[in-house]
Amino acid sequence: MTYLADVGALARKDLLLELRARDTLPAMLLFVVSTLVVFHFVLPAEATDLAATGLLWVALLFTALLGLSRSFAAEREQGVIDGLVLAPSDRSAIWLGKTLSILAFLGLADLGIAAVGTLLAAMATASRARELLLPLLFLPLAIPIVVGGVGASVSGEPGRYLGLLGLYDVLFAIICWASFEYVVTE
Amino acid sequence: MIRARSLEKRYGDKRILRGVTLDVAADGFLLVTGPNGSGKTTLLRLIAGLAAPSRGQLDVSVARGRIGYLGHEPLVYRELTALENLDLYGRLYRVQERRERTGMLLERFGLWDARHARAGSFSRGMMQRLALCRVLLHEPRLLLLDEPYSGLDTEGVQLLDRELAERAPGAAFVVATHEPERLEQFASARLALA
Repeated sequence: MTYLADVGALARKDLLLELRARDTLPAMLLFVVSTLVVFHFVLPAEATDLAATGLLWVALLFTALLGLSRSFAAEREQGVIDGLVLAPSDRSAIWLGKTLSILAFLGLADLGIAAVGTLLAAMATASRARELLLPLLFLPLAIPIVVGGVGASVSGEPGRYLGLLGLYDVLFAIICWASFEYVVTE
Repeated sequence: MIRARSLEKRYGDKRILRGVTLDVAADGFLLVTGPNGSGKTTLLRLIAGLAAPSRGQLDVSVARGRIGYLGHEPLVYRELTALENLDLYGRLYRVQERRERTGMLLERFGLWDARHARAGSFSRGMMQRLALCRVLLHEPRLLLLDEPYSGLDTEGVQLLDRELAERAPGAAFVVATHEPERLEQFASARLALA
């Protein structure tokens, strides 16, 4: 119960920060809308559902990337991550709280994007080349999400693809939960 | 409470700390001095558990939740109010009677009237006072203070002196400072880093 209370307090804090600062959500909305408008005009009328769905997932992925790159901005710029790491709560609660708040921003698009992306965003935060590092780490790991998402959207038998997405989410959520402690200490 | 032997910390090829040996008792007060870049902050970060030593032995016999750490940054969110920041830390540190304790500290450090203002609007001195409230919120048994007087006005300095005088007998302190003369009255040991 204490663990969940910590996660709740941290997630609530992240949502409050975003509502106050409003520096991530509007950028994500603007990006996804403008991307979809461009895709609408670029795709030929005879384009297949597969192409349209694929582009939709690409837009989702890059929108998520935009949000993830800002996800640890407050902790990085104000050094607050040290304060959170010093607290007696389990350090994975920081990751889970952040993942839940990002999940809320992504409109529940995908747990895998939020889980993996949050861990990689925390890793990239420690680097000077964070803007370059995050996409380099994140995009290859996100390929199964795109494959699963597109497959589930267009396949006649979405079960297999949803299974792949579910397996990915569970597997990477466990890996990220267990390894976060090592990401936030020097 | 703290026992370090031949402690060393490197970041890549750069050696920040070299051969540091120290002991701090449960009621000890260690004053750490040294020029810029001598490793004072790194030593405090190692003791806090924010970084791991590259070599040597370090034992800190106090739980993470009983450490109060004041760094160069106040470690508060600028978009949250003073009250919201302390409430968050109070929850994470499981402080008993959180609201009462938060209110008491804000009042003691002269921030009660500014409790609903965002930390980002605070002056440097007010931010340091808020950081001190954060550090003291959970009644730490070990206080690690890096330049605690930084940014404080005369009244703030007096407030901090009073806090140190009240707490020094019952807690361990490691304080890094460029103004050791101000803290000499509390010090039970000294460490000069080169």
